[in-house]
Amino acid sequence: MKYLDEYRDERIARALVADLHRCVTRPWVLMEICGGQTHTLMRYGIDELVPKEITLVHGPGCPVCVTPLEIIDKAIRIASQPEVIFVSYGDMLRVPGSESDLLRVKAAGGDVRVVYSPMEALKIARANPQRQVVFFGIGFETTAPANAMAVWQARREGLRNFSMLASHVLVPPAIRLLLRSPQNRVQGFIAPGHVCTVMGYREYEELAREFRVPFVVGGFEPIDLLEAISMLVAQLEEGRAEVENQYVRSVSQEGNLPAQAIMREVFEICDRKWRGVGLIPESGLRLRPDFAAYDAEKVFDVAACSAEEPAECISAQVLQGLRKPIDCPAFGRRCTPESPLGAPMVSAEGACAAYYLYRRLALVS
Amino acid sequence: MCLAVPGKILAIEEAEGNRVGRVEFGGITRPVQLDFVPEAVVGDYVVTHVGFAISRVDPEEAERTFHILHEMGLLESEGLSPDHQSEGHDKAA
Amino acid sequence: MSEESKLGFSCPTPVATKDTVLLGHGSGGKLSADLIREVFLPAFQNPILARLDDQAIISVNGFRLAFTTDSFVVRPLFFPGGDIGSLAVHGTVNDLAMGGAQPLCLSAAFIIEEGLPMETLSQVVNSLHRAAENAGVQVVTGDTKVVEKGSGDGLFINTSGLGIVPDGLCLSADQARPGDRILLSGPLGEHGIAIMAVREGLEFDSPVRSDSAALHELVAAMVAAAPTGIRCMRDPTRGGLSSALNEIAAQSRVGMLLDEKAIEVREEVKGACELLGLDPLYVANEGKLVAIVAPEFAERVLAAMRSHPLGERAEVIGTVTESHPGVVAMRTLIGTTRIVDMLAGDQLPRIC
Repeated sequence: MKYLDEYRDERIARALVADLHRCVTRPWVLMEICGGQTHTLMRYGIDELVPKEITLVHGPGCPVCVTPLEIIDKAIRIASQPEVIFVSYGDMLRVPGSESDLLRVKAAGGDVRVVYSPMEALKIARANPQRQVVFFGIGFETTAPANAMAVWQARREGLRNFSMLASHVLVPPAIRLLLRSPQNRVQGFIAPGHVCTVMGYREYEELAREFRVPFVVGGFEPIDLLEAISMLVAQLEEGRAEVENQYVRSVSQEGNLPAQAIMREVFEICDRKWRGVGLIPESGLRLRPDFAAYDAEKVFDVAACSAEEPAECISAQVLQGLRKPIDCPAFGRRCTPESPLGAPMVSAEGACAAYYLYRRLALVS
Repeated sequence: MCLAVPGKILAIEEAEGNRVGRVEFGGITRPVQLDFVPEAVVGDYVVTHVGFAISRVDPEEAERTFHILHEMGLLESEGLSPDHQSEGHDKAA
Repeated sequence: MSEESKLGFSCPTPVATKDTVLLGHGSGGKLSADLIREVFLPAFQNPILARLDDQAIISVNGFRLAFTTDSFVVRPLFFPGGDIGSLAVHGTVNDLAMGGAQPLCLSAAFIIEEGLPMETLSQVVNSLHRAAENAGVQVVTGDTKVVEKGSGDGLFINTSGLGIVPDGLCLSADQARPGDRILLSGPLGEHGIAIMAVREGLEFDSPVRSDSAALHELVAAMVAAAPTGIRCMRDPTRGGLSSALNEIAAQSRVGMLLDEKAIEVREEVKGACELLGLDPLYVANEGKLVAIVAPEFAERVLAAMRSHPLGERAEVIGTVTESHPGVVAMRTLIGTTRIVDMLAGDQLPRIC
């Protein structure tokens, strides 16, 4: 497939790795924010390829993993109501709430359906006027415009039986939190290419200036990531702290203005709790009051439930890049994708799950 | 986070104020909302996430940057670059 | 107050309840394996079952009979490249064939939800009959049950099959040895993607047709080419190639190293997988087989496969290793190595 296959080329990968080996002179700790990038790094074993001076740590960039327990519990309650068709991206079905998950709701007779696009949720709502259709709107800035468009379109059509349980999260506030932490050891960031496709990278320029830390906006194929790592190491070795764009084929400085506009029209910024991390101020999006009629939290009387997350695993440190998944005593033993203990083991994009899926060879042999 | 895949626009339809493209991904096609890429035309590649195009792939920019990478790869495979035998290859157990 | 306590670092509670059966228990992945190990094996324990192959081999008066059963719950009932009727024949014939057996006859049991159009039933029955005829087997016994509306999903079919294993042939998942070659009969993922393309919520237009086919003639050609060279075979159905190979690796206590470049995935299947975030190694096939073959016979078996229409795109995709027993690894497109683990449950389309 064009724009994918050529970025999986072994020869180019070797050349970039050789270049990295020539360029690096001292240890650097780099973080990729996005779970999709974590997935590629693990799936292609890129962390094995890079010089040993480079430590790759993995950020909190999996919206599925960081969706707070309270929201999942709300989703489960709503989905359990007989008049509801609960529609979700496939990722969320296996994510455990405090007592159950959506797959179990389905097993118990709930009407839980998987879609690829929020527009398909609208289609289900049109086809089932006598049922309440609730869409689980989660994701980072990349997904927010699409989810916003579904709500906007529902209002335009006057769909009365469609609502969204929205729990969006924003990347820059999470990076700011990491950088403010006295324990931070991350020296350079690979910025999330698809979030930046929508948002542009001005926010990252502010972060680079404020914290004197370099960013490279990176794509998602192995060659993209190797090139982004190279660019980041070059900046660090030269003492620069700028924002550079590796993923030029999709990302511009301004980002996608029409997408940003619909997002702003439908959503407003709010504080948001991140699973495994805690409350991050102004790090979330919720539906604006104008769209209250489409807000599942308002349509359904699900009382605010505060689910406690007892400290058992080291996911908080993993999500901050302080420790690696394999440093956890529970990793691969008490904590596996079948029975996850912490957020990063929950979705295939989570750092722990990616390690578990692709990397155990290093551990078993 | 944010799985998005480039696909080629085969056709565009305007329906009820929405711009919807038939977009091909390696031989399969599906409708993709083009509301966020008003500049995209038939034949363009668009990066698609949850059924929405979030960017039009810039072909010149992609070609230019890939060309540099490709040249690097050629040099590497001909052994012209120093440090040809980098560590880390063939770690097959 | 430290940054750490301000953030209230904490961790979610596990949901470890194993009190309900989930769809994932039928996905052919780890949950299925758990169910077999924890519920079925302890109840039925016997040496024939313990082989955990696709078919049981029973000795009767000097003959070795292969016996297998399979239930079909596919939705929709009709899909590009097949339907529940043809699938019910192919699935059971293939389970026999993977033991090297020539199929003799089948049973067919229909569990029908009331309200199913008679026309639909006839179409399925006719298709089942045609598939059986093409495979050269007869349906010699059967059963019908009708359940109340809401207690079934239109139509379920169970087929059992009886076959006979040629003298001297003994294929079993515990026979793989280090150095053996891993042969795959063709491109991956067509059945799973063909089904997914017609499911509500994921609609995409796809030219992908299910690869559903009876493999016993391909197997016969392979066995004829090298009667003593084949160690074992599997058809990578639910759970895909990954599950099939992980099962063999575990049973034989060997490792495996695959070569990603050698594993063919058609462009259409790849497109769908990229779009939905699926890995073709986990997508179901209904007309492919993977064979573990002694190295000195690999070329001969490969040639035999390629000369059969159902194996013309066969490739050697990897080697059985002594190292990392029980683990399937793969050399990636960029030359690194990664694990090919078994999935916990069904692959779900993902956005991230």
